[in-house]
Amino acid sequence: MKKNWWKITAVVFVFYTLIAGFLIPVPAQPILHETIRNLYFHVPMWFSMMTILFVSVWHSIKYLGNPDIQSDIIATQAANTGMMVGALGLITGSLWAKYTWGAWWVADIKLNGAAITMLIYLAYFVLRGSIDEEQKRARIAAVYNIFSFVMLIVFLIILPRMSDSLHPGNGGNPGFSKYDLDSNMRMVFYPAVIGWILFTVWIFTLRVRLEKLKRKTLFDE
Amino acid sequence: MISKQIKYLIIKELKLEMRNKYALGGILLYVVSTVFVSYLSFKKIVTPATWNALFWIILLFASINAIAKSFIGETRGKLLYMYTLASPQAVILSKIIYNSFLLLVLSGLCLLTYTLFIGNIIQDLPLFLITLLLGSFGFSSLLTMVSAIASKAGNNFTLMAILSFPIMIPLLMVLIKLSKNAIDGLERWDLNYLLVLMFLNFIIVALSYLLFRYLWRD
Repeated sequence: MKKNWWKITAVVFVFYTLIAGFLIPVPAQPILHETIRNLYFHVPMWFSMMTILFVSVWHSIKYLGNPDIQSDIIATQAANTGMMVGALGLITGSLWAKYTWGAWWVADIKLNGAAITMLIYLAYFVLRGSIDEEQKRARIAAVYNIFSFVMLIVFLIILPRMSDSLHPGNGGNPGFSKYDLDSNMRMVFYPAVIGWILFTVWIFTLRVRLEKLKRKTLFDE
Repeated sequence: MISKQIKYLIIKELKLEMRNKYALGGILLYVVSTVFVSYLSFKKIVTPATWNALFWIILLFASINAIAKSFIGETRGKLLYMYTLASPQAVILSKIIYNSFLLLVLSGLCLLTYTLFIGNIIQDLPLFLITLLLGSFGFSSLLTMVSAIASKAGNNFTLMAILSFPIMIPLLMVLIKLSKNAIDGLERWDLNYLLVLMFLNFIIVALSYLLFRYLWRD
């Protein structure tokens, strides 16, 4: 039980987000209206994704320092989980965009960043798929993971400053803090971020355990 | 020590290239014929955005073609022999430097034929040439590293494209922006972009330098 406090926190916070997120009043804004509630779901997805991808890269670096297949399993499963939350972030963002911008997808620097992130990690999985030998696959994939993650971070830091963007919080478009004068939304947003991140980490630990079990049964057979 | 190794490795690359000239000739012909095909379909291009986009797309594909063979061409025995003689850092740096020269020649030829067939609308040539120089260097360092990765994964050319495109986009966007400025002939140079470009080049080379030693051992 003592070890599981963070899982309980995750469940409580996610449920709180679901209930309070849909019920607590939000500032009435033209165009945005109720879609502003997407903040509690869309934004935490990207936070979770970056957290879990960072875990992935960290373990790739660890693998290069000390080639232990454990680190490789963690790095892969973290990247897998990151793709899952990334896809959820794309879907929630796309739905929101349909109702506010009027299109599922627009040509925008932030959206391009999201798409490139997905492409990089899909390429990572293709690379893994094309090498059979386990140790070699782990090593090569770790190198690509580190290389592309650094390029991705540079991209995400530099490019939004290069051009205007439709996305809230960019190019003169206000982020949520400007609308939220009574700090009502913060009471949901911060727990939502923590809740979703913990929830993602939980999914990731389950995936790691499942993968280890799979390998163990294979080994036993 | 390492500079000496790099020097000899570059000389080795040059000698190998001279020994079978058809590979170099092939890639140069690739650029010329791509430009010619574009010329047949576009005739003259006067819109800056189209001119720019087509130029970089041609250069991008030509670069991938030119650099894909830098590791894929090496046989296993030759690599093993080289590894006993030189340090991994020397190997990757020499390949990057050699490929930069190759891409410089390539982009120069591309610009030349492009000017000849499709027309030249660049108003600020010095800026465009600087962009081309930094771009060739960035392309070569990034693609050399990716080709090293791809060569370990079954020498697959498709894999090379899949792996390199997403991480090339930052570089490509900065290059396109800078060369657009050069075409429009803006009064002042946007030093920020040039700095970003140099910074990207530096990061790629630093990462290749650090990571290559994990790649080469089998």
